[in-house]
Amino acid sequence: MSAPFGRRACEVTANVASGGYRIFSLRDREGPNPAPGQFYMLASEREWGEGGGRPYLPRAISVAEAAPASDGVRLDFLVEGVGPGTDRLCDLEAGERVWLTGPLGNSFSTPREVNPEAAGAILVGGGIGIAPLAIWRRHLVERGIPLRVLLGFRNEAHSGGLEELFCAGGSLCPDVRLASEDGHAGHQGYVTDLLATMLAGDDATSAVVYSCGPPAMLEAVRALCAEHDVACELAMESPMACGFGACFGCAVQKPDGGYMRLCVDGPVVRGDAVLEVAHA
Amino acid sequence: MPDFCGIELAHPVVNASGTYDVIAAGRVFGDALLDDFPFSAFVSKTITPEPRAGNAPRRIWETPAGMINSIGLPNKGLEGFLAEDLPQLAQLPVPLIVSVMATNREEFSRLVREVGDRDEVAALELNVSCPNVHSGLIVGEQPTETEALLEVLRPLTEKPLIVKLTPNVANPEAVAVAAEEGGADAVSLINTLKASAIDPATGEPAVAAGHGGLSGPAVRPIALQQLRAVRAAVELPLVGMGGIASGADALEFLAGGATLVAVGTESFRDPRAGARIANDLETAVSRAPSRVEALHLD
Repeated sequence: MSAPFGRRACEVTANVASGGYRIFSLRDREGPNPAPGQFYMLASEREWGEGGGRPYLPRAISVAEAAPASDGVRLDFLVEGVGPGTDRLCDLEAGERVWLTGPLGNSFSTPREVNPEAAGAILVGGGIGIAPLAIWRRHLVERGIPLRVLLGFRNEAHSGGLEELFCAGGSLCPDVRLASEDGHAGHQGYVTDLLATMLAGDDATSAVVYSCGPPAMLEAVRALCAEHDVACELAMESPMACGFGACFGCAVQKPDGGYMRLCVDGPVVRGDAVLEVAHA
Repeated sequence: MPDFCGIELAHPVVNASGTYDVIAAGRVFGDALLDDFPFSAFVSKTITPEPRAGNAPRRIWETPAGMINSIGLPNKGLEGFLAEDLPQLAQLPVPLIVSVMATNREEFSRLVREVGDRDEVAALELNVSCPNVHSGLIVGEQPTETEALLEVLRPLTEKPLIVKLTPNVANPEAVAVAAEEGGADAVSLINTLKASAIDPATGEPAVAAGHGGLSGPAVRPIALQQLRAVRAAVELPLVGMGGIASGADALEFLAGGATLVAVGTESFRDPRAGARIANDLETAVSRAPSRVEALHLD
């Protein structure tokens, strides 16, 4: 389904702290229900490029959850303040308005769409990248597709969103396992350690892996899946000015040597459709 | 209705080359894009003789009130453009202006001849911010190179030729005069300003190419000054651009002597920016001093 043409002002209905992150909600009266993996371009109506300075360009943020309501769709976004744009989004107050364009980009495919033999899904998220996996997890659960969720964080300060996005009845959903580099939650180490163990199991090749997180983690996931011949879809990130194919900024190298535009050819990309996930 | 080189346009707002891919945008926004098309003419991204993949990332970097880009002109090349993109661009509800660039006169001639021959094309914009492989000089930085190129290209088509000026020169008006002498029908300005930023996380240049072009409101006063200098030097119609983000901004450029204005970076922030600016411009003109009203925007 097409996104409405142009940006539209949406009211902020909530903004709560969740660990080191924030979760803010918008009421979108005009847009369609987004598909898991899609993103929006967001900029606050006030204090965004008005008097010059930064932030200036809108920020591409994946939707973490969406809930249709009588007065439009409620959109939830998980953000961490890492620069002038995300800092401003973290400071949003209920009642103010946000310029929004979207939903943009493609979405995750079901395991059977990726591999007709697939029996289930493994979701691997890192840091703020757990966001699109939350809405995707709910869709998979609603379709009765077996899944496991592996989520990793650097440390306690750089974690959040679990309670709101991956808990039910006050406790972590039983399909979710955690890893943290500082050991504050779950396995001490990388989330990809958990994935490596899982892929070494007998039934691993019957799964499709879905992943979103920092580039080094995504590259590790891509390489592990390639090694075990397991199909994967990566929700990637790339510097993006427009979100609709105009600026050509979000180039990602393809195996044939050319580039794709992540905004219109992604952000969800098959692991074998990228050469490697570029990381520092 | 502005008349631009004999082309009647519904309003004075067009897009800057390379800042709007209507084919991709049509996939994202559907029919609404054509029903509510934001520009009165569409300027294609620059077409080169052969396909180009574009530069390695990182390609863009946000700066105060602007951005630096080093995209590297990715395009399908002349053959791919004519076969795949032109039939789709011909469906647009507005006249089509095709931007072309080559690094020698023979290739530039081929582009102008083959693109100019197509009925779907209303005018050509010459991107001269490129080196001449024989002289090594950036054509658009040298009045003599610019005039010599125009003298070669002018006889090849009857379509209007617009020369896109680079701002990275001491005297853009001298290049504009050379374009006029060579037979250009119009001049557009400004292209992006050469610029750099350092990524504080790495200490390395923020875009992979080392430097890029600055655009956005940060460049607007520079663009306006260059527009005024060129206005004083040539009789040609001018397409003014550089950080236009509102109707009031566009009005400054019209008051400074532009026939049309182009919107680029602002479309990244607002895909409908062109329509918004055209609409606000009408309002702004109705409130502006009589000197600007005399521009006859209706």
